[in-house]
Amino acid sequence: MQKFPCPFCGLRDEREFRFAAEAGKRRPDTTRDISARDWSDHLHVVRNPLGATREIWVHMPCQEYFVMARDTAAMTVLDVEPLRKETV
Amino acid sequence: MTGFRAPARGLIDRNRILSFRFDGRAYYGCAGDTVVSALLANGVRVMGRSFKYHRPRGAWSSWFDDPNAVFAIRLNGHELPNCPGATTELQDGMEVRSVNAFPSARFDLKSALDLGHRFLPAGFYYKTFMWPDWHLFEPTIRRMAGLGKLEMSEIDGYVSDQTHDACDLLVVGGGPSGIAAARAAAERGMSVVLVEDHDALGGSGLQVARIEDRDMAVWMREQIAAFQAAGGQILSRTTAFGVYDHQLVALIQQRGFGRGPRLIRMRAQRCVLAAGALDRPVTFGNNDRPGVMSLAGACDLLARYGVLAGQRIAVMAPHSQAAAQIEMLRDAGATMTEVAPDGPARALGGKRLRGLRVGDQTYGCDTILTSAGMMPVLHLWRHAGGKLSWDSTASAFVPASGPDWMTAVGGANGTFDLADALIEARAVAVGDDRPKRLCAYQAHPPEVVLTDKSRQWVDFQNDVTVKDIEIAARENYVSVEHLKRYTTLGMATDQGKTSNIPGLSTMASLRGKSIPETGTTTFRPPFVPVPLELYRGAHRGQQFHPLKRLCLEHRHRAAGAALGEYGGWLRPGWYGGDTPQDAIQREIAMVRHSAGVMDASPLGKIEVMGPDAEQFVNFIYYNTIATLKPGFIRYGFMLTEGGIVYDDGVIARIDQNRFVISCSSSHVEGVSAMLEAWRQDGNDPDRIFVHDTTLNWPTITVTGPKARDILRRLDLGVDLSPDAFGHMQMREGRFQAAPARIARVSFTGEVSYEISVPVAQAQALWDAALEVGAEHGAGPLGLEAVSVMRAEKGYVIIGKDTDGETMPHDLGFSIPRLKKKAAFVGDRALHTENATRPDRRRFVGLKVPDGDPMLPVSAHIVTRGQGGPSSCGYVSSSYLSPTLGHPIALAHLDQTQATEGTEVELLHLGQTRRAIVTAPCFFDPKGERLHA
Repeated sequence: MQKFPCPFCGLRDEREFRFAAEAGKRRPDTTRDISARDWSDHLHVVRNPLGATREIWVHMPCQEYFVMARDTAAMTVLDVEPLRKETV
Repeated sequence: MTGFRAPARGLIDRNRILSFRFDGRAYYGCAGDTVVSALLANGVRVMGRSFKYHRPRGAWSSWFDDPNAVFAIRLNGHELPNCPGATTELQDGMEVRSVNAFPSARFDLKSALDLGHRFLPAGFYYKTFMWPDWHLFEPTIRRMAGLGKLEMSEIDGYVSDQTHDACDLLVVGGGPSGIAAARAAAERGMSVVLVEDHDALGGSGLQVARIEDRDMAVWMREQIAAFQAAGGQILSRTTAFGVYDHQLVALIQQRGFGRGPRLIRMRAQRCVLAAGALDRPVTFGNNDRPGVMSLAGACDLLARYGVLAGQRIAVMAPHSQAAAQIEMLRDAGATMTEVAPDGPARALGGKRLRGLRVGDQTYGCDTILTSAGMMPVLHLWRHAGGKLSWDSTASAFVPASGPDWMTAVGGANGTFDLADALIEARAVAVGDDRPKRLCAYQAHPPEVVLTDKSRQWVDFQNDVTVKDIEIAARENYVSVEHLKRYTTLGMATDQGKTSNIPGLSTMASLRGKSIPETGTTTFRPPFVPVPLELYRGAHRGQQFHPLKRLCLEHRHRAAGAALGEYGGWLRPGWYGGDTPQDAIQREIAMVRHSAGVMDASPLGKIEVMGPDAEQFVNFIYYNTIATLKPGFIRYGFMLTEGGIVYDDGVIARIDQNRFVISCSSSHVEGVSAMLEAWRQDGNDPDRIFVHDTTLNWPTITVTGPKARDILRRLDLGVDLSPDAFGHMQMREGRFQAAPARIARVSFTGEVSYEISVPVAQAQALWDAALEVGAEHGAGPLGLEAVSVMRAEKGYVIIGKDTDGETMPHDLGFSIPRLKKKAAFVGDRALHTENATRPDRRRFVGLKVPDGDPMLPVSAHIVTRGQGGPSSCGYVSSSYLSPTLGHPIALAHLDQTQATEGTEVELLHLGQTRRAIVTAPCFFDPKGERLHA
């Protein structure tokens, strides 16, 4: 069982977290034309790299979403930061 | 002669005699015995039958490396199958039965299977039962292969608890190395936990007379006392069975027979692995005979339980530690014959051993002890990601590079000399560099030679022989992972503890390669078998998935409610009545003629507030919400990004920047989570706030033509006249000086008001509504009647009348898809090739011919083609409508077939039915009652 550091609550068991999305993915502007291929890629294609990755997770007890950089091979957490910085 | 109890040795309490039975016969043991040690002390050798050939099997070893002695044990009314006899403590009154044997292990009727062994080689089942279908044979084969049966009643009281702990240093293994490491670290001020799977500490140290110039027992006592004085904690009867991510070590602590063991999730900063080593079996002819045992296991039996494995013992153990072990057994009174394995070897005799033949020489004996060398126990090291390297002097895998937080010491590190092991353990414990491992130890395991003379066992538990590995090699299953699956080598509870290295060395010998070239299989937790209850813990029944309870439950019970689970809530299905059907029909008639009063508290009440709230809910909903005026309510869908209908419900606008989302009762958590995700990931969370107030606002629904008359008497401070308060509007009023929200929405097709009040007012409101209602013939209304009435109106229940492919236009809601300008969740997916397919299914009603019974739910609507009937839809809801006096059904049907008035054919479980397609709304299609 992994331990993840919630930026608001500190180090907690992975059971309290849910994966939300890969970070940096933007929803296409659906008021414009989007090809079926682009929409399908947006919905279904994830990079899922071996090694360093940036992902959005939610800590369920506090309901806060945050960005977690981790290494999917070594299973180490590299960095966490609140999501807010990215959206403001 | 077989095994017996040697005088004055071991840790057992010879004054406490325990009686037990094995396969019906009475025996005696001592407190401190295991089932296996007690059986051996009584001279019992045959303890079970092998899995496939039903060969007689006895104990191979004294602890978790024994793959053979598996029992079903009954004690105090508990019966547990699959008990490993070598690790099960003997208790007074135990009824022990051999498994895989009938009527007993000594005389097993299925032993005839062994005569046919030539026809049952590796791959036999795969090759033989391919045609026509493996599943035809599987049940019989599984029954033949069973290892006991677990009664469900046994599981009820068998609960594991799960605890969490942390320490600076976890020491796995309470032998001399583990004890020395633990003490050294504790005296440096670290918090240290020492786990030992036996009741008593000591490990292989119990087999020597003196340690560091002290009497062994004195040394142990001093070390343990010093460790505890320094704050160290000992967990005995506890096995570390797995290492998981981020340095989590899982410990199983036994709590006695019939009681669920405890799971301890230990987070250790560092771990010293002092798990020792196991004997590697020698692979020779008939080496599975009862009485062929591990040399180290025999020494452990003597040191712990005072049991001598036999009297005339032949030893085949070509390694440098064997001399001391042989001396120990000789000292206890056995006649020892050392035999060098310098030729083809074969055990002589059947259930009773007569001798050992090596080359041309025969050695008479009643017991054969073997060890092809010591195998460091490195399972946890591998779980943690450590690598192995092959030490050719020791003929064993030893730790190579690995995680920096775990270090193996002592036997687990291949340091078999006790003095060296202690120095190593202390250095590692306090963080010093480990001294270079000394390689005084040597082993010279004999080559495995394929022979037709007799079968040579590699895996005792799964009946895998050298011949089977030869077949696998011949058929090119040479990768060890393939070898394992093809022959079942290393499966079941042994998990390769004894069989892995013999299997690899056999494959290596057969292919003329080295063991490291042959490779090794992956080591996976659990190291020892653990019951599934360990992982479940207390997460069962209500503790796994607690029902949500209404604050008015006691009032419902008093009113004679039949409570059931609906979407995770315990809710009234109906009230009173001789039969559920009667009650439901009566409640429907009551609502259609007067009114019903329903507890609708679980309905979602999620508030969305803030300056960006309008734009936010407009994006979340399929329908346009931006145009909704304060005080008004709109029905709508939420979709997934794939365009699939996720939830339906109403949204009310309280004022410019405040909305209340009333989603389905069972979707409140899901919708809240979805709103939070969009709020924080894609919006400015400082301009939107989402707050689930469902539990703060119990809701009482009054529905029926008399609803308005009832509400007038409740003094809500709101003008209820139809012109002032129309359908799909919301008002804020008061009930008994507390705030009340009154929403005019309907799920029954009648005039309905949902009144939400604070929890403190809920009971007063419920009682008042019923009291006033009684004057009009109204009464309490359950959920079952509501679901019939909503079907009469053609309203969907998400998840019942929709499935994983339903899009909003399938349900007849196509305007936002075509007209909504703003972006919304799932918008693009509503215009894909799939979303615009001409044969998409449409939501329709079905009527049966006069006099026909109800249609079965999930019946398929079919068309007839050349290939026979093919499905073009299915029935999602079906009821007998008391309002209309005939059956009604809702269905999804290929829209090319879905013209109203079309007659369709249905198939269900061999029955053919007919029905006529109608609009989904059967009752009051113009909505005159709704808007009354």
